[in-house]
Amino acid sequence: MSESTELPEAINAEAVITESTVAAAVDAALAAIEAAGDSAALKAVRTAHTGEASPLAQLNATLRDVPKEQKAALGKLVGQARGRVAQAFAAREEGIVAAEAAAQLEAEALDVTALASRYRPGARHPLTLLQDRVCDVFTGMGWEIAEGPEVESEWFNFDALNFDADHPARAMQDTFFIDPPESHLVLRTHTSPVQVRSMLDRELPVYVLAPGRVYRTDEFDATHLPVFMQFEGLAVDKGLTMAHLKGTLDHFVKSIFGDEAKIRLRPSYFPFTEPSAELDFWHPTFKHGARWIEWGGCGMINPNVLRAAGIDPEVYSGFAFGMGIERGLMLRSDVQDMREMVEGDVRFSQQFGMVV
Amino acid sequence: MRVPLSWLAEFVDLAPGTTADDVHAALVKVGLEEEEVHSFDLTGPIVVGEVLEFVEEPQANGKTIRWCQVRVAPDGQQAADGGDAVHGIVCGAGNFFVGDKVVVTLPGAVLPGPFPIAPRKTYGHVSDGMIASVRELGIGDDHDGILRLSTLGLDPEVGTDAIELLGLADEAVEINVTPDRGYAFSIRGVAREYSHATGAAFRDPAAHGQLAPSADGGFPVTFADDAPIHGRPGVSVFSTRVVRGIDPTRPTPPWMVARLKLAGIRSISLPVDITNYVMLELGQPTHGYDLDKLSGGIVVRRAAAGEKITTLDEQERALHIEDLLITDDSGAIGIAGVMGGASTEISDTTRNVLVEAANFDPVTVARSARRHKLPSEAAKRFERGVDPRIAAAATSRVAQLLVDLAGGTADDAGSLTGEAAGAAAILLPDGYVSGLIGVDYTEDEIRGSLAEVGGTIAETDGGLLVTPPSWRPDVTDKSDLAEEVARIVGYERIPSVLPVAPAGHGLTREQRIRRTVADALAAAGSTEIIAFPFLPKAQNDLFGTAEAAEVPQIKVANALDASAPYLRTTLLPGLIEAAKRNLSRGLTDVALYELGLVFTPEEGAAYGQATLPAGTQRPSAEQLAELNAGIPPQPRHVGALIVGNVVRKQPGQSAVAAGIADALAIVAQIALATGADIEIVQGRHKAMHPGRTAELRVAGQAVGFAGELLPQIAADADLPRVVAVVELDLDAVIALAKPVVEAAEIGTFPAATQDLTLLVDASVPAAAVLSAVREGAGALLEELHLVDDYRGAGLEEGQKSLTFALRFRASDRTLTAAEASEAKVAGAARAAELLGAATRE
Repeated sequence: MSESTELPEAINAEAVITESTVAAAVDAALAAIEAAGDSAALKAVRTAHTGEASPLAQLNATLRDVPKEQKAALGKLVGQARGRVAQAFAAREEGIVAAEAAAQLEAEALDVTALASRYRPGARHPLTLLQDRVCDVFTGMGWEIAEGPEVESEWFNFDALNFDADHPARAMQDTFFIDPPESHLVLRTHTSPVQVRSMLDRELPVYVLAPGRVYRTDEFDATHLPVFMQFEGLAVDKGLTMAHLKGTLDHFVKSIFGDEAKIRLRPSYFPFTEPSAELDFWHPTFKHGARWIEWGGCGMINPNVLRAAGIDPEVYSGFAFGMGIERGLMLRSDVQDMREMVEGDVRFSQQFGMVV
Repeated sequence: MRVPLSWLAEFVDLAPGTTADDVHAALVKVGLEEEEVHSFDLTGPIVVGEVLEFVEEPQANGKTIRWCQVRVAPDGQQAADGGDAVHGIVCGAGNFFVGDKVVVTLPGAVLPGPFPIAPRKTYGHVSDGMIASVRELGIGDDHDGILRLSTLGLDPEVGTDAIELLGLADEAVEINVTPDRGYAFSIRGVAREYSHATGAAFRDPAAHGQLAPSADGGFPVTFADDAPIHGRPGVSVFSTRVVRGIDPTRPTPPWMVARLKLAGIRSISLPVDITNYVMLELGQPTHGYDLDKLSGGIVVRRAAAGEKITTLDEQERALHIEDLLITDDSGAIGIAGVMGGASTEISDTTRNVLVEAANFDPVTVARSARRHKLPSEAAKRFERGVDPRIAAAATSRVAQLLVDLAGGTADDAGSLTGEAAGAAAILLPDGYVSGLIGVDYTEDEIRGSLAEVGGTIAETDGGLLVTPPSWRPDVTDKSDLAEEVARIVGYERIPSVLPVAPAGHGLTREQRIRRTVADALAAAGSTEIIAFPFLPKAQNDLFGTAEAAEVPQIKVANALDASAPYLRTTLLPGLIEAAKRNLSRGLTDVALYELGLVFTPEEGAAYGQATLPAGTQRPSAEQLAELNAGIPPQPRHVGALIVGNVVRKQPGQSAVAAGIADALAIVAQIALATGADIEIVQGRHKAMHPGRTAELRVAGQAVGFAGELLPQIAADADLPRVVAVVELDLDAVIALAKPVVEAAEIGTFPAATQDLTLLVDASVPAAAVLSAVREGAGALLEELHLVDDYRGAGLEEGQKSLTFALRFRASDRTLTAAEASEAKVAGAARAAELLGAATRE
């Protein structure tokens, strides 16, 4: 037990209240309080200096015996003394509690870099993330997102899109056919059948974006996948022109590749559009230097396609465009080998996490 | 299409110094996309040499080499490599003679390969260059000996630059020709397009050499097509010309060999090279018959049932009644536009030739080429449409080349049967082009562009009547005319104007929920994959049905991988494959998921339809219903797989291995994201662990399963013993989930918590006990969950002790302990009644 907790010298029964006896008791109490190092010691000091057996308590007890005329003065003297001691206790207690709390926190310190993790890293696939982003750009313009089946009738995939059965472009589509071939079912070669479904099902005007998987009998290598993702835009309204097509694509590439991105159109051919164009875009942040990059096809909807959907081409016009998501990801994030996108190696997607 | 620049320059002005890249850049502006540049890929000095003498030296390896002295520069001059006029060269070939002119590659030259030439010590000599073969020069396949220039009919001066002599300095631009532009499969067409792009003067190679039909009609040709396809006759024009007395064994001149080679066509023999050359130049396929092997006149007709032909490639082919044939009295001598017959083929002994250039129906040719798997250069052009007005020019051009190069004499006149149908005029209303393109074109721009591409323009009320040129069968509609104007003026004139769509509704509920599911699973530690949907049948049968031996599935007729021709009915095989790949790459703790379509035909159902509606008009409601009924079901599933540890061993933390609980955690994440109340009941699936499989239900309907794979199946897939998997029909889950949440009042009076321990038979599912307690305890029970499942000491065999924590609350008052206990006892009583549960104090 430390010095501070030793009992004060007892004051005998003849103890009298004088300035010096009170001061001695107070000084002894204050010294003991000051010396108490933790809450246990302070508790012992409290008993010794304010308890019933303490000098101050005993002096206080003698008050009842003092002459009436001295009572007020002596009472005040003892009361003030007890007040000083109580105040000292409170202050000391506060200090000790704070110190002890601080000590506990210090003792609880951990190496925050060596903790057991309760988190398991997961990731979206960057292709589906990019697809979601593309959808968001178009829904932001008021367009809606349309979907259709992947096993599709040749009528939607070809006939309604102005590829008749003997059209050379139909043979060039590298189509997967469903067995038996007489069923005229294919794995859709593009998202364009969703154009046809949208024109047949929706009320005019139509502004839709159709993302999804498409299939071609391409070799599986660094730049070709037999199964890949496209998105197809379709707008049918009164008075739409090729300038609207260009404006839409300009807005889109700026949304994905930044304000400096822009569109360039080159003449081309697709059975379902006339005029048709290849679209290049200016990629301002391409890792290998800003440049024009080819990214898809587009054009004004061929009047035959409008007719196949029962839309009068003399009243309505429209435009359509289609781009590959894989290529978009390659260009945006500098992916070198398309096979990485479909192998399912978690390291590939985890580079992206939930951001593309 | 590959276009040698020297050839292009014959028909359109190329400014001096024009490079292949310049030509590509010009052509892409008018819609001919650039591919590659082709060249002979060699550099000099490569010169003409004369063999002065040689000594044959047999070698130990059995070969005999010739040590030659070759003059490579005129006497007294320096050779092109700076060396002496006579070089000593070792040559392994034995096909040449003293005095022969040969091609010498001197030190410093580089041959294709690349194969650099330098002085080389070999067979005891320093060989100071090489005498080249046709193959070494990259102009042919012949490697039997070196090239003797006399065999090409050449006798140039010694020291002449052989690269120029053989046309090897030329290069070709390759362009991608879209299917509408058949005429661009010719030098003629590309030259015209180059003129459109640059304004350079164009000279039409088909404009000269027109042929007047002979007075007596020339060689007799009859059209007898009694079964046109789509009402279009199989042949519309047929031109012939006879050339007599040719020598077919003469060499093809080097300039022609070089151009053909650059264009991607191998030199075969002079007559064949000439017909190919004219096809490339004009875009009109031509054919030569040995006139003396023909019997009677030519009749063009459809094949008879059972008819056969042996084609040039010596294949006997059974003909189809749709095949259009060239026939004579002996029968079929060619499949029109596809391939000629062997019986009338030109050979080394042929003297007299009948040249043919005809115009055949694109559909007829396309079908025959596909049917006989003969995608020939001729068929490729006919399928896309050949100018019907150039047949006579083509026979004239072939005849002229046979006269010039093969020493023949052409008959004065040929025959021209049939007449090219004129293209229909198209009405182009005023304002249409500007209204479609969004550019205010001037009248001059519109008329000028259409005239430039060869259109004939007449005025009519409210617009123009435009007749497209004969070489543009693709131009049939006013929108085609609009494209011609737009591309000739230039697409860069089109402004950028953002259209304003009507207000939309954003994503649909299904689209939103799918995205939330994908995000939730990623956020909770799984990684999304995208697998190919092609599987072997056995994989679908194993994972795609819980009990049956087989599952109906869709087969791809022309699968890339013959071992996996079926479309997936389940996502699990793709997840297993991806897990395997990760493990093989050293990633042992893997949690994967995929959202994707599966293909689930119904048992016995036939999908698709044999006859499709026309694509020219909107199908009737019945036709559309039939089309849609023919599409097999393709629901969207979500699948997940976890293998290895879900928590790794770390400081103060032992590893936690994946198991069914993790599969069920994923189910809970999906339930959260979809808003569906997914019920878990003990389940069975033949690919799954019999005791560790949960069937998943929403609103009483089975929507999937979760649990651990059967260990043997995991082992067969080279995966660890415990593989936790989930597969759910996400479309069904979303459809069954309540679309709107009805919020309950959140009680603020104090809660009372109590524990309840029940003894039940070990076979009773905890979920059943929980459900009974909930039902019995009534409305005061706010929440309960299982805190302990104890079996063993102190219990009877076959029993288990389940402890639940219960939280009670009333909405309108503070509950007393007695009230809470009463409710708890009621819950226990219900469990006792339904499941024989005994309360354990």
